[in-house]
Amino acid sequence: MAQQAEASTLGMWIFLVTEVMFFGGLFTAYLIYRIWYPEAWAEGSRELDIQLGAFNTAVLIGSSLTMALAVRAAQTNKQRATVGWLISTMVLGLVFLVVKFFEYKHKYDLGHIPGPNFHFEGVHASQVEIFLSLYFAMTGLHALHMLIGFGIMTAITIMAVRGRFSSEWSTPVELAGLYWHFVDIVWIFLFPLLYLVDRAGHFA
Amino acid sequence: MSTTAAAASPVTYLNEKTTVASWLLTKDHKRIGLMYMLTVTLAFVVGAVFAGLIRLELATPAGDLLSSDTYNRVFTAHGVAMVFFVLIPVVPAVLGNFVLPLMLGAKDVAFPKLNLLSWYVFILGMTVTFSAIVMGGVDTGWTFYPPFSTEGSDSNVMLAGVGIFITGFSSILTGLNFMVTIHRMRAPGLTWFRLPLFVWALYATSLIQVLGTPVVAITVLMVALERFAHLGFFDPRLGGDPVLFQHLFWFYSHPAVYIMILPPMGAISEVIACFSRKNIFGYSFVAFSSMAIAVFGFLVWAHHIFVAGISPYSAMVFSFLTYAVAVPSAVKTFNWTATLYRGAIWMRAPMIWVFGFLGLFLVGGLTGLFTASLGIDIHIHDTYFVVAHFHYIMVGGAIMGYFAGLHFWWPKMTGRMYNDTAAKTSAVLVFVGFNLTFFPQFILGYLGMPRRYHMYPPEFQVLNVMSTGGAAILAVGYLLPMIYLTYSFFKGEQAGSNPWMATGLEWTTQSPPLPHNFADQPVVTEGAYEYSKREMKVA
Ligand SMILES: [Cu+2]
Repeated sequence: MAQQAEASTLGMWIFLVTEVMFFGGLFTAYLIYRIWYPEAWAEGSRELDIQLGAFNTAVLIGSSLTMALAVRAAQTNKQRATVGWLISTMVLGLVFLVVKFFEYKHKYDLGHIPGPNFHFEGVHASQVEIFLSLYFAMTGLHALHMLIGFGIMTAITIMAVRGRFSSEWSTPVELAGLYWHFVDIVWIFLFPLLYLVDRAGHFA
Repeated sequence: MSTTAAAASPVTYLNEKTTVASWLLTKDHKRIGLMYMLTVTLAFVVGAVFAGLIRLELATPAGDLLSSDTYNRVFTAHGVAMVFFVLIPVVPAVLGNFVLPLMLGAKDVAFPKLNLLSWYVFILGMTVTFSAIVMGGVDTGWTFYPPFSTEGSDSNVMLAGVGIFITGFSSILTGLNFMVTIHRMRAPGLTWFRLPLFVWALYATSLIQVLGTPVVAITVLMVALERFAHLGFFDPRLGGDPVLFQHLFWFYSHPAVYIMILPPMGAISEVIACFSRKNIFGYSFVAFSSMAIAVFGFLVWAHHIFVAGISPYSAMVFSFLTYAVAVPSAVKTFNWTATLYRGAIWMRAPMIWVFGFLGLFLVGGLTGLFTASLGIDIHIHDTYFVVAHFHYIMVGGAIMGYFAGLHFWWPKMTGRMYNDTAAKTSAVLVFVGFNLTFFPQFILGYLGMPRRYHMYPPEFQVLNVMSTGGAAILAVGYLLPMIYLTYSFFKGEQAGSNPWMATGLEWTTQSPPLPHNFADQPVVTEGAYEYSKREMKVA
């Protein structure tokens, strides 16, 4: 059992490495274009809602805390606490996604969706379109990972309700935790890269 | 294991359960390996039919058999089928799945369910991609370069892209599974430096699969998002850079060449040691060269972009690094040759395939240095020289190596022998046919015939007819194994547990193996290739 748990954990870490490389492609594109078009990046970044972004960052960090507490509770045979912390994690995840939805909707109303109907008042409109393309791809892919995490959490919570975990065996909670923290960390990088470009003196 | 047990037809992984469901729901790595073999063979036939169409069209200078547009779709289908559904999975997913746990003295891979899932993901990806081909095809080439793939092409780019995206996950899952298996499932006493070199090769390959595949996945996804959601990543009208796609694409697709060639190289090491009756020369050099290739293979991608617009300085660096990555491959080749030297060489069929591999891989590798050289590359870029070069590596190297390994492990997989003469004939036919097909293409490319055109000036016809004739011989060479191996599967004589008197744990269990591989947990006390000790024991 212990050996199997060790193998699963190693497998999860390797999977997270593939995830890093997966997001890495987008980060590379971001890096190249940011070096090429710094003004457009500043212009595009100032269009994003820094308050909502900061709020969501806090929400996700909070959800990482509740997740860590869920893992701890599972390892120490506290079934009710495990379920409670898992549900709190899911609620915080949901808050994040709802906020994200309203951010997207606001962008849609302004015509800031890349494509034939893209509309942007500014000097560097077409390069801002690249910035926003990356914004939607990166945050969209991140949100997709949150949704997948939501599905995993649901399954784990059901298992926890049925009392499947104990100090002997809590591997699924730990693996779900690793995944959830990874998704959080991606956001920790996304927030400054997307929302905080050239903000000094431009707080809106 | 003993002859009396064989007479009573013992339980094997093949006859334990025989219903269709018992195969489709199996978690046995050996059955999954065989299922991959059938799937990959099917893809190989599809890819080969398209190759045949290409060679038929090119038998005459006029574009008479296929229109230029159809021709684009035909060579794309050939490339996509062969690269993603044959070359990348063929050795890891078929031979690797079958022998890796046996070599480690393990019951199975670390995650048997995940292993089965990877096969289903593969089937799904293949179905989606092939349906894109059936429903009219794709005309971008297997490389999907924008802006043609994002807005120029009106073919099924999206569907093919989705299929390749899905297939990538199968590759990642296999790599992940193998890495954990090698870390966690080794028999007692099986230290890293007692591992067979095939295992080292699979480990290095898994590393590339895990690190590289997600990058091509995101790249394909970006093309898809640009094509259908109009996100502008590579759109030059917005200031985007199509060459960025090429960087991302080749960041995976150059290392992918090592996914194709490293596992066959591992198989070659096994066969050479066994049929020279010697320890492999410089074991640790061969093992580390696999790891070196895996690492340095990630640092050379831009040699595909020398003429697409990169700075002369980065071109010089990438040219240099490309020369450097040839060193570990050369180390392997020298070590194999040194192993043969003064070996008691046993000329059975697997060894003939090995000799074919050595010759073809040598030519492929050396012509790779031509293409790595900045000045020469400008002359031969996008010509048949490049086509010939990578076929020497991928077909002459990878597929020859696959057949060497397949002929080596076939008696273990099926418990039966095949006709040695037929197998040798097939190896010779493939070698002759291959050289006749592809050597003229070096000359054609040098003379300036570009790739991916369905017509050419009449002065190139003689060499093209040679190439088409060679392809016909090659086809016979590849059809033969399908016949004699199928015959062997049902009617071949019993092989016994170790027909080659080989070292390695996979040869210590019965053939075909038990459902859970070993009756007792094997314990390892010596290195992988102690053939000298073995001869004494046999004598
Ligand atoms: Cu390359």
